Amino acid sequence: MVATAEDLNAYLARQDAKSLLRFLTCGSVDDGKSTLIGRLLYEAQALYDDQLAGLADESRRDGTRGEELDYALLLDGLAAEREQGITIDVAYRFFSTEKRKFIVADTPGHEQYTRNMVTGASTADLAIILVDARKGLLPQTRRHSYIASLLGIREVVLAVNKMDLADYDEAVFSAIRDDYLALAAQLELPNVTAIPLSAVNGDNVVAKSTAMPWFSGTPLLPFLETVAPGSDGNAEQPFRFPVQWVNRPSRDFRGYTGTVVSGHVKVGDTVRAQPSGRETTVERIVSWHEDLSSAEVGQSITLTLADEVDISRGDVISAAADPAEVADQFEATLVWMGEKPMLPGRSYRLKLATSEAMATVKPLKHRIDINSLQNAPARRLDMNDIGVVNLELDRRVAFEPYAGNRDLGGFVLIDRITNATVAAGMLQFALRRSQNVHWQALDIDKKAHSSIKDQRPCALWFTGLSGSGKSTIANALQRRLHSLGHHTYLLDGDNVRHGLNKDLGFTDADRVENIRRVAEVGKLMVDAGLITLISFISPFRSERHMARALFEDGEFLEIYVNTPLAVAEERDVKGLYAKARRGELKNFTGIDSPYEPPRNPDIVIDTVEQSADAAAEKLLAELSARGMLAIDS
Amino acid sequence: MLTHLDRLEAESIHIFREVVAGVKKPVLLYSVGKDSTVMLHLARKAFYPAPPPFPMMHIDSTWEFRDMYAMRARMAEESGMELIVHSNPDAIAENVNPFTHGSEVHSHMWGTTGLKQALAKHQFDAAFGGGRRDEEKARAKERILSFRNEQQRWDPKAQRPELWSLYNTAKRAGESFRAFPLSNWTEQDIWQYIYREQIPIVPLYLAAERPVVERDGTLIVVDDDRMPLRDGEQPEMRSVRFRTLGCYPLTGATESQATTLEAVIQETLLAVSSERQGRVIDRDGGASMEKKKQEGYF
Ligand SMILES: Nc1nc2c(ncn2[C@@H]2O[C@H](COP(=O)(O)OP(=O)(O)O)[C@@H](O)[C@H]2O)c(=O)[nH]1
Repeated sequence: MVATAEDLNAYLARQDAKSLLRFLTCGSVDDGKSTLIGRLLYEAQALYDDQLAGLADESRRDGTRGEELDYALLLDGLAAEREQGITIDVAYRFFSTEKRKFIVADTPGHEQYTRNMVTGASTADLAIILVDARKGLLPQTRRHSYIASLLGIREVVLAVNKMDLADYDEAVFSAIRDDYLALAAQLELPNVTAIPLSAVNGDNVVAKSTAMPWFSGTPLLPFLETVAPGSDGNAEQPFRFPVQWVNRPSRDFRGYTGTVVSGHVKVGDTVRAQPSGRETTVERIVSWHEDLSSAEVGQSITLTLADEVDISRGDVISAAADPAEVADQFEATLVWMGEKPMLPGRSYRLKLATSEAMATVKPLKHRIDINSLQNAPARRLDMNDIGVVNLELDRRVAFEPYAGNRDLGGFVLIDRITNATVAAGMLQFALRRSQNVHWQALDIDKKAHSSIKDQRPCALWFTGLSGSGKSTIANALQRRLHSLGHHTYLLDGDNVRHGLNKDLGFTDADRVENIRRVAEVGKLMVDAGLITLISFISPFRSERHMARALFEDGEFLEIYVNTPLAVAEERDVKGLYAKARRGELKNFTGIDSPYEPPRNPDIVIDTVEQSADAAAEKLLAELSARGMLAIDS
Repeated sequence: MLTHLDRLEAESIHIFREVVAGVKKPVLLYSVGKDSTVMLHLARKAFYPAPPPFPMMHIDSTWEFRDMYAMRARMAEESGMELIVHSNPDAIAENVNPFTHGSEVHSHMWGTTGLKQALAKHQFDAAFGGGRRDEEKARAKERILSFRNEQQRWDPKAQRPELWSLYNTAKRAGESFRAFPLSNWTEQDIWQYIYREQIPIVPLYLAAERPVVERDGTLIVVDDDRMPLRDGEQPEMRSVRFRTLGCYPLTGATESQATTLEAVIQETLLAVSSERQGRVIDRDGGASMEKKKQEGYF
């Protein structure tokens, strides 16, 4: 140990130079998780004598292992749990070895599991996935691994425990390992290390197990001591600094405090304030008692800038040459943690790094079935559900996709009424990016057109009597879509007859040709990636059928604007019904030419009950629910 | 690359600033002990060159070591922060003390009740405390930002999930938070940090000859003449130091020759019993700490 003051300095320097690894343990109940962590604490000598004495007492009284130490008891925390014999939350444990400091997040496997594990995983560099050697991979194993991958954990240890109950058999271990590697590949978990263990007996926990001479890998603790912690990966990224607080002790000092979440900064660097976009240079990096010349990822510092730039909490100061993205609409993955379900259209407080905004989910694209990993349709998310959503914010924020930067891509949603934290979210990408930098103009097909517009093109075919409200509704809908940044075009019957179809009359044959031409033009426009609104009386089923056949499945939506003749005639906006009744207009639909209502319209609009604007909102919601307003990744 | 102490320091500073940005009226609970001392140091760093934008508050049982009062005055002066001292007036009126009332009533009245009174009186909506998760099993599960209802109670089953480094500071009027910037520190980290930063600490942490009586297996330093001696008790001078500080009649000393910070750290590294063993109060009943926390004890 340490003998002199000289040695002590050297010792302290060594202690201080230790790196930190944060890891998470996951397993089903009784896989031996508590025993394993307890064992690690014990082996790392993180326990004091009085704790050990307490453990020996408790093991005899409450333990499951007779006279032996029951390491699992070390992890008991709350009295309520002790009574129920379960662990109910995330607990953090600390130990250190000669090489490293460790923080272990222990998350138990019960109903709240997803929520707890996501919480623990949000700050972890590595996950230990426990499997009982006798049981092999369970549905839970898949779930835990999926969450680890979702939360961006790059290192996974597959701990095959209770090898003592499987005769320390290599074949058992190899089979489980191979199963797991297949799963990891599917989940894109890059680094998996499988270790056969017996947590109770200590095999391969600290030292190589003599019972498993066939295992040539590293035992668990030495592995944890040497694996590269993922958290310093942000060092290579461009400089990002979310502003926490504006420090203004006097008129001559204005500093911006925060933590460097990626990259580094030096005095004189050109930086950009985001979202405003104003640029300036770093004047000073202020820290306690002395200024710094540079600062790196992880440091909490205070910056002063050369120019007066209006910056407040929530802004991000970035490398000017390589700034963060700024957006107000995102695709994101949500893990729902609230007691009450998430409903699309409701707004929540979003907290991302130091910024806050109101966020609305529109739409919920799908839920992810955590057992099958398949997408499942959903109208809401319940507690512990995971879903992919589009998020609309009330203001623009600087961000990074979660996969590249946890600090600028991970967010929480807060209920506005209860103030509870109801979701953890990961930003995937911005929707409607103004420029798509990485776009390669190679093969400009419909998909390409559509992707640059970030919408799924479609033909919205409005059919109904003259005066039913088709054009008014189509017009209102187009205005809404346009204001949301969508690319649209409205083909209106009357307008088309002024040009393209001015050679056509109102005989049945001309009506058919009229529709054919319009359908073809509509098809071209859909090919160009547009949300195309087509507003034509189109009285005959067969031509509407013909029009539909020109489009791909799901691309053509027949919208029946259902207004009774009496109502349309009473409105008679253009005075046509009166004319037709007077016999001044021949072949007028509904009077002396038939209207065949659709048998299976995609959407029916009742104009008696709702206004044109309400109808437009309903259609907008329908489009959104059908995923037309954004592209699936 | 940052060392683990740099990382712990940065995380604590981040927490101080987040809480200050998110609440209206925070306060630093300052008990003069080593964790409080580290907290004060971190708070000053977090807001430098401004002084921390909150007062420091001492819940004073009137039974603390004289050295602690001296230190308190010095730190208030040095930091430029407002110092609030609160002693439970009911406890003063009833002359509550560990000898006639027992340790449980004593610490409940001065500590738990005193703290609640002070927070309510000044309408603080966030209180920074020096709790660490390595101190006690129940603490391992507490959040960094711990929500308290209008009655200042902690509900271990209704904690807000804490993700990444995001702290949900939303609350209604009357509700409050306890914030624990040292959550991820261990006792060893605290000592190393004090050493690295050369933070002044109360001399009681260093060994010195002090008048000691041995009572129920615990070494008690007779710090003033208010302590009634039992039959046969005769204070004798022994070289002792403290690992944790509180009311002197309730705080056990350890025999030690460690008269310098270096020596203390050296002893701590070889420590054979965990910190709270020195606190008489924690031994009343198995899950006592958790019970006290639910009631509002820090
Ligand atoms: N035979 C054997 N039993 C084990 C092993 N690890 C844990 N156990 C036992 O399995 C049971 C559940 O362990 P525990 O650690 O409480 O599981 P947890 O629910 O995952 O935390 C206990 O009875 C342990 O003693 C092992 O490696 N071998």
